[in-house]
Amino acid sequence: MAAASRPLATPAPVAEPAVRRVRQALSRDDLLMRAGLGLLALWLALTVVLPLRALLEKAFEGPDGNFVGLANFETYLASPALSTSLTNSLLIASLSTVICVALAFGYAWALGRTCMPAKRLFEAIAAVPILAPSLLPAIALVYLFGNQGFARWALFGHSIYGPIGIVIGEVFWTFPHALIIVTTALSTADARLYEAAASLKASRARIFWTVTLPGARYGLVSASFVVFTLVITDFGVPKVIGGSFDVLAVDVYKQVVGQQNFRMGAVIGLVLLVPALLSFAVDRFARRRQSALLTSRAVPLEPKPDPLVDRIALLFCSLVAVAILVILGTAIFASFATFWPYDLRPSFKNYDFDNMDGGGWESYRNSLEMAGLTALFGTVIVFTGAWLVEKTRRFEAVRGIVQLTALLPLAIPGLVMGLGYIFFFVEPDNPFHFLYGSMAILVICTIAHFYSVAHLTAVTALKQLDPEFESVSASLKVPLWRTFLKVTVPVCLPAILAIALYFFVNAMTTVSAVVFLYSPRTQLASIAVLNMDDAGDIAPAAAMAVLIFATSATVRLLYGLATRRLLARTQAWRRR
Amino acid sequence: MSSTRRRFAGLAVATFALATAASAARAATELTVYTALEADQLKAYQQAFEKANPDVKIRWVRDSTGIVTAKLLAEKANPQADVVMGLAATSLMLLDEEGLLLPYAPKGLEKVKPTMRDPADPPKWVGMDVWSSAFCFNTVEAGKRGLKAPTSWADLVDPAYKGQITMPNPASSGTGFLMVSAWLQMMGEEKGWAYMDALHQNIAAYTHSGSKPCRQAGAGEYVIGLSFEYRANKTKKDGAPIEVILPKEGLGWDMEAIGIVKTTKKLEAAKKLADWAVSEEANRLYAQNFAIVALPGIASKLEHVKGDVEAMLIKNDFAWAAANRDRILAEWSKRYDGKSEPRS
Repeated sequence: MAAASRPLATPAPVAEPAVRRVRQALSRDDLLMRAGLGLLALWLALTVVLPLRALLEKAFEGPDGNFVGLANFETYLASPALSTSLTNSLLIASLSTVICVALAFGYAWALGRTCMPAKRLFEAIAAVPILAPSLLPAIALVYLFGNQGFARWALFGHSIYGPIGIVIGEVFWTFPHALIIVTTALSTADARLYEAAASLKASRARIFWTVTLPGARYGLVSASFVVFTLVITDFGVPKVIGGSFDVLAVDVYKQVVGQQNFRMGAVIGLVLLVPALLSFAVDRFARRRQSALLTSRAVPLEPKPDPLVDRIALLFCSLVAVAILVILGTAIFASFATFWPYDLRPSFKNYDFDNMDGGGWESYRNSLEMAGLTALFGTVIVFTGAWLVEKTRRFEAVRGIVQLTALLPLAIPGLVMGLGYIFFFVEPDNPFHFLYGSMAILVICTIAHFYSVAHLTAVTALKQLDPEFESVSASLKVPLWRTFLKVTVPVCLPAILAIALYFFVNAMTTVSAVVFLYSPRTQLASIAVLNMDDAGDIAPAAAMAVLIFATSATVRLLYGLATRRLLARTQAWRRR
Repeated sequence: MSSTRRRFAGLAVATFALATAASAARAATELTVYTALEADQLKAYQQAFEKANPDVKIRWVRDSTGIVTAKLLAEKANPQADVVMGLAATSLMLLDEEGLLLPYAPKGLEKVKPTMRDPADPPKWVGMDVWSSAFCFNTVEAGKRGLKAPTSWADLVDPAYKGQITMPNPASSGTGFLMVSAWLQMMGEEKGWAYMDALHQNIAAYTHSGSKPCRQAGAGEYVIGLSFEYRANKTKKDGAPIEVILPKEGLGWDMEAIGIVKTTKKLEAAKKLADWAVSEEANRLYAQNFAIVALPGIASKLEHVKGDVEAMLIKNDFAWAAANRDRILAEWSKRYDGKSEPRS
């Protein structure tokens, strides 16, 4: 803080030596790093800030491109469609949030606070939904509970097309996101509190309500907002299984893709930005509070065996895990059925993508290429960027701006990001207009869309590194890039691989941003799922979704194997 | 696959821009063709055309009729398409009204049936084939529910079918629009809307695409799908337990047609595609999918479509349908949008 407020070039004579020291310190390395940081700031401005600005402008623009103030909003507010969609969206998002966070809490509690068996297995199963596009659960639900679904009796005559289907699909899809947050929150427990409670003869239930729940409250708040935002801005699930139940996210899609009404799309996009920004703010606040709960004197809580509780936990987790596996299994089964529901013999007929909508096998190859490029460039940019932010000396203003912009995508729904990209890059006057319709724009947009989490991962890894490395290298006159490549990168390799995996999987499964940006030359597998479902080719849509899942899962496994070997080789120093 | 791998290998040095350039660089002229043809028809057409014209490569942009039309209209200041092929004639008329189409007489135009082309000379668009309404009726599911097969449009409003019929949304689907247009022309505006009000009571969902109702009926999701004869025939061929029914009052229909976009920078290639589209070879390919095609004498019979499609087509006033398209769709949306699938 003191450094931040100290002016760099103070004319005061007292500060003279300091100023000189600053000048001396500005070695070639410093200049290089500052230049790098400047480039990063420019990159973030181009890929995050300016597209958002373009979206804002569009929402206030008339048919001739003139500024019309709030006229578009008035038109939109006047349409009866809005109130229906808004109510529906809020209902769906609230319901999904309550169910999802409750389930995630139970699951995380069972994993962290009991001694039930097979925890590793349950952890692995809970990660399944992350590896699939959100369309997969929706399609599976059609097969499970549709008019020909083999479990439709379970709905007691209600239709799966509508709120029921949307909520189930969204809970499936957002479950791992909530689980990660709640697990982290529960892991920061202080055993001393529990000992105190126990010695005060508090019952288990009382301890749960007075110690466990309050201890995790910020995690729960944070998870709720994250899930709420994910649901209210997702259109994959409602698009497939929503029937006539209109929601805001699908309205954006309808306006933009169906009616080519970009201005109205921008208006609804801005409406969606409200809950997203709110959630972002609450999440930031809650996380800070959560970490403050854990002091350096805290003693980690070790769960003690309790046959009854462990059995209940096992039962609960099994139910959730079975639900996840049934949904995934249904999609796989349906994708191999020759002609559902009349001919269930297995065949590869549904994998004959070249005769279907959505771009055929080429779209799958495009997705692989897109995911590969995103993982490669995304990791390089994010990690180098995080390193520059962390290790550049002084230069606080730019560092602060970069840090803030790097977190901004966390608050921007993919749908909104994608719209901003169209508006920004479609302008013929934009010097980057040539990117429009290319593979590069998909890669850039996906990197920007998932920048924040990757950035935070990199920053966390870098913070664990002793700053002495740099000082020692500097005094040994080792060039900075050498320290970076020889020390920083190898030490942070686990985090770097995690970032690459994160980019790859998200690039494979994402629909929301890229749906506005793909061109006939760059069709993607996840969008092919959407288009095939639209044309009624639901079994092939399931097949493509399964293929995406299989690809992500394979890469995830390879990552697991690679990290294990790498950890053994490069991280030996961490062990004592 | 190998090209992808090669591209991956070069990644270390490649920049984003390079990657883009690599995919853009191709020897043959690449023609961007907007189409609403079915995905499972495109391949055969493309292969035959590219075999005859190895120097031109087609890049399809495919979506439902309504979407393709909206996209073309939205892009009218800066059109992206070189050719529009396999789009409803009523939509091409709208594009023509906006002055988007280039008058061009393809080689062999004189052989095309006079009813299947733009009457202007040279024409702005030339028809390829006729596609018309058909019901897909799932006999297995109907048996379970004791439902009789409908034989006419009028039968569909029978309350027995409540919640068992799907039809395409006319705003997005050409197949949907030609039905609505046919009802309004056959019954007159007032009775036509009254009929749709009654039908609406039985409709389970309005789908985005014209094929989906038939595929859903084929999968037993609903008993009756209002669709078109090509999809009905194909779905039955794929093994669905359906019966293809032609309503006895008459079939709504439209033409799939081709036109060159005025602003194209690849005029030579565009003309080649237009020439090919009226050729006998092309018409024989159309005939594998549709009973009625642009050239006389190339008759075909769809295996599972019983009845004389050509004789059952209603008298269709395309000019009226095109001129009133916006009004009809606005009225339709006002009345029935609630049950529409997303992307209407």
